[in-house]
Amino acid sequence: MSATLPLASLDAPLPSAPRDIAPLLLAPVLALLMLPLVGSFPTWVTLTVAGLAMGMMIFIMASGLTLVFGLMDVLNFGHGAFVSVGAFAATLVLLPMRGWLEADSLLLNLGVLGLAVTLAMVVTALLGWAFERIIIMPVYGQHLKQILITMGGMIVAEQLINVIWGAETIPLPLPTSLRGAIFLGDAAIEKYRLLAVVVGVVVFAVLFLTLNRTKIGLLIRAGVENRDMVESLGYRIRRLFVAVFAAGSALAGLGGVMWGLYKETLSAAMGGETIVMIFIVIIIGGLGSVGGCFIGSLLMALVANYAGFLAPKFALVSNIVLMIAVLMWRPAGLYSKSRG
Amino acid sequence: MPEPLLTLSGVHTHIGQYHILQGVDLVVPRGGLSVLLGRNGAGKTTTLRTIMGLWQASAGSIVFDGRDITKLATPDIARLGIAYVPESMAVFSDLTVRENLHLAARSGPMDQARVDWIFGFFPALKKFWNYPAGNLSGGQKQMVAIARAIVEPRKLLLVDEPTKGLAPAIVQSLIAAFRELKDTETTILLVEQNFNFVRSLGDSVSVMDDGRVAHAGSMAALANDDALQQRLLGLSLASHQ
Amino acid sequence: MNRLLSGDLPRSRILTIVLLLIFLGLALAPFLTSGARPLNMAATICVYIVLVASYDLLLGYTGIVSFAHTMFYGIGAYGIGLGLSAVDEPTWSAALIGLGLALLLALALAFVVGLFALRVRAIFYAMITLAVASSFAVLASQLSDFTGGEDGKTFSVPELLSPGFTLVENEVFGRSIDGKLLTYYLVFFGCLLLFLFLLRLVNSPFGRVLQAIRENEFRAEALGYRTVVYRIWANCLAALVAALAGALMALWLRYVGPKTSLGFEVMTDILLIVVIGGMGTMYGAVVGAALFILAQNYLKELMGHASNAMESVPFLAAALHPDRWMLWLGVLFVLSIYFFPIGIVGKLRLRSHLARR
Repeated sequence: MSATLPLASLDAPLPSAPRDIAPLLLAPVLALLMLPLVGSFPTWVTLTVAGLAMGMMIFIMASGLTLVFGLMDVLNFGHGAFVSVGAFAATLVLLPMRGWLEADSLLLNLGVLGLAVTLAMVVTALLGWAFERIIIMPVYGQHLKQILITMGGMIVAEQLINVIWGAETIPLPLPTSLRGAIFLGDAAIEKYRLLAVVVGVVVFAVLFLTLNRTKIGLLIRAGVENRDMVESLGYRIRRLFVAVFAAGSALAGLGGVMWGLYKETLSAAMGGETIVMIFIVIIIGGLGSVGGCFIGSLLMALVANYAGFLAPKFALVSNIVLMIAVLMWRPAGLYSKSRG
Repeated sequence: MPEPLLTLSGVHTHIGQYHILQGVDLVVPRGGLSVLLGRNGAGKTTTLRTIMGLWQASAGSIVFDGRDITKLATPDIARLGIAYVPESMAVFSDLTVRENLHLAARSGPMDQARVDWIFGFFPALKKFWNYPAGNLSGGQKQMVAIARAIVEPRKLLLVDEPTKGLAPAIVQSLIAAFRELKDTETTILLVEQNFNFVRSLGDSVSVMDDGRVAHAGSMAALANDDALQQRLLGLSLASHQ
Repeated sequence: MNRLLSGDLPRSRILTIVLLLIFLGLALAPFLTSGARPLNMAATICVYIVLVASYDLLLGYTGIVSFAHTMFYGIGAYGIGLGLSAVDEPTWSAALIGLGLALLLALALAFVVGLFALRVRAIFYAMITLAVASSFAVLASQLSDFTGGEDGKTFSVPELLSPGFTLVENEVFGRSIDGKLLTYYLVFFGCLLLFLFLLRLVNSPFGRVLQAIRENEFRAEALGYRTVVYRIWANCLAALVAALAGALMALWLRYVGPKTSLGFEVMTDILLIVVIGGMGTMYGAVVGAALFILAQNYLKELMGHASNAMESVPFLAAALHPDRWMLWLGVLFVLSIYFFPIGIVGKLRLRSHLARR
């Protein structure tokens, strides 16, 4: 016998859930605000695209780290190693197949890039799996040791890159069909940057759809909030950890390849150089939030590019200033995940 | 008499340096609703968490449906057919009500008939089906937590203080829900402090004190014996609200 | 002796011997060795002992992971360097003004960063200090008009400390008593004082509260200690000592630059030393720093020889190349955290303790 409750309220319209849209507006508003300051529309377009491209690459590198932290409560200070290794692994394809890269055919160029990226991601995924099992697993829950040991891991990885690939920087010229810019009216948009934006959007879409439309994504989102409860529902979530870690490492590898091509040069220290930006971005976005990481990356890159044009001296510290500004507004980052 | 569904024998649990459970002997018969009573700090929540494997028993044994589950990991214990509704409800705020239940329905898509049955006593869930669970009120979250535990048939439900802090109207719908559940194959082990809630529902009762079970018997016997209530719980339960 | 060491005795015979050797070695270095290089090593060891000990105050005793420590070290160094290079005639007052300003800056930064630690979790804090420190390093190398940029600045020191100055005509035990020697003893005694100060600090009631906070912050708060205040104090004190260490180093080298004073390499060196030496022991800094600097110099030579010997084996030769010194250090670091979490000093003390039972 079910309880009788007033049924009239069932058909009443649903009050709309308050959605947190303020952070979503930050990047567009910033871009628009900068337009009058920059002055010329074509320059603004170039700067904005540059910012978007850089932001996308940083997002790709950082997304794995924030997800790993949110889900496993592990902060991998060695994440930069995956960036470097990915880039260097890609050279195993890019250098021998130089001919195809120099051909002026988009198809061939993209084909080689695709192959290189795939190899890079496979290598970094494997490295990530090994890293998690060997270095991180023994220190679950001990944050202090995690920080120290993952730093150590990164140092070792960087040095090993020097051993295997030599200690000099390796130049990595862009494929021929991706060099130069296309012109929208007076605005110059570099082709490679356009590709970076496309790739970034695709990665974000894949992550977003996986997290929101698949059961695995459901498990990850629930696990970020409350691991114990997910286990109480019967899921062996610890097995998922390693998979997520490996996936995050693979993303870092992808980001590394793209970053290397962007800078057109590789060095073993590139991971260490990008890690600071990655950290700032995930702090701004909120540890554990992929969406926050996306917005944070775009914000940081846009600010850096606009500042570089408008006030170069300020650009040196623009990242830190942005981080402090965001933290004053929301001390846990743009989107903080509840931990239960 | 059929074999009890769950038996705890001499279970000890240490949390850090604190010795919380000091030899718990608990028997939960098959079918019906067993109540676990006791003052705050007696160890009721710790008992449930130990059964669920969230805390490891340092000594003793836990046998469920003929299997020793003392050393099993939480996911494996859950898969044997035990569902847990914690005191904190542990509803996933970022997930919608539908997603919360979807996650709990391990064996596949949710059985619509079953979901409709749940809607029968928790109409609010139907209303907020696609709403993030974090936006719901306390009472509604409790409904989500319980719905999660019953979206698929389970052998044993462990429920920790479901009525804490809830409005009387919601408590009424919970009573109705539990009464219907009792008619099914599910056994329920309920930790509660609200005696009115358990008096009409409970079949057997165990009273805990200082990490041990101080008394076990039928609910009817305890409800009718004021002196016994006074001795075990320090007050007459009829007057305790 | 007990009072001098603030009651924090080595508690292990081997450790005592080692410490004594290091102390005597550093005290008499100018007369036990000849040439510039060993003396340079000795001075570096002195400074690093203080630098790492001040980091141990943060990491080992209070449980704070900060990557901003080299920033304070650099601020102290640049204080001296910029002060002395800003004037034509290097005087003590110029140096002291520079140092004073540097200490103020270090204190202010440490205070602000410490205040920030209020609102954020430990992991956040580590990441934020990393970001702040690297921004600072970028600033230092980019504002070249002011700081000398990537190349840094060389400068002259006050007359008493300059190499040309001689105090005594003849050589004593093979060393000329010149400005360099005086500078060395300035560094030596300065570091000795700073180290004893730190030892006193960690063995005082203040130090014990820090350890309580490290063990269980919640309980410390419950006991009535405002943990935030203590943390900020620890942060500021550690920063000041690090700045002073940097100042002494600058006086010795007569040079400041982003690589030597602010680089991430210094931070990793500190981390390695404090972990291998033993966190939360102070003496770990002494043993660790001495071992590290000695190894860094002599082991690299060894590696060079080994690498040449292994020329035929490609990867092995590259792995043993002296530039790859960090690789082995990194491996040692990772292994220490697993198998050796109490460090050398911790292990020695444990042995003694067990042997006595």
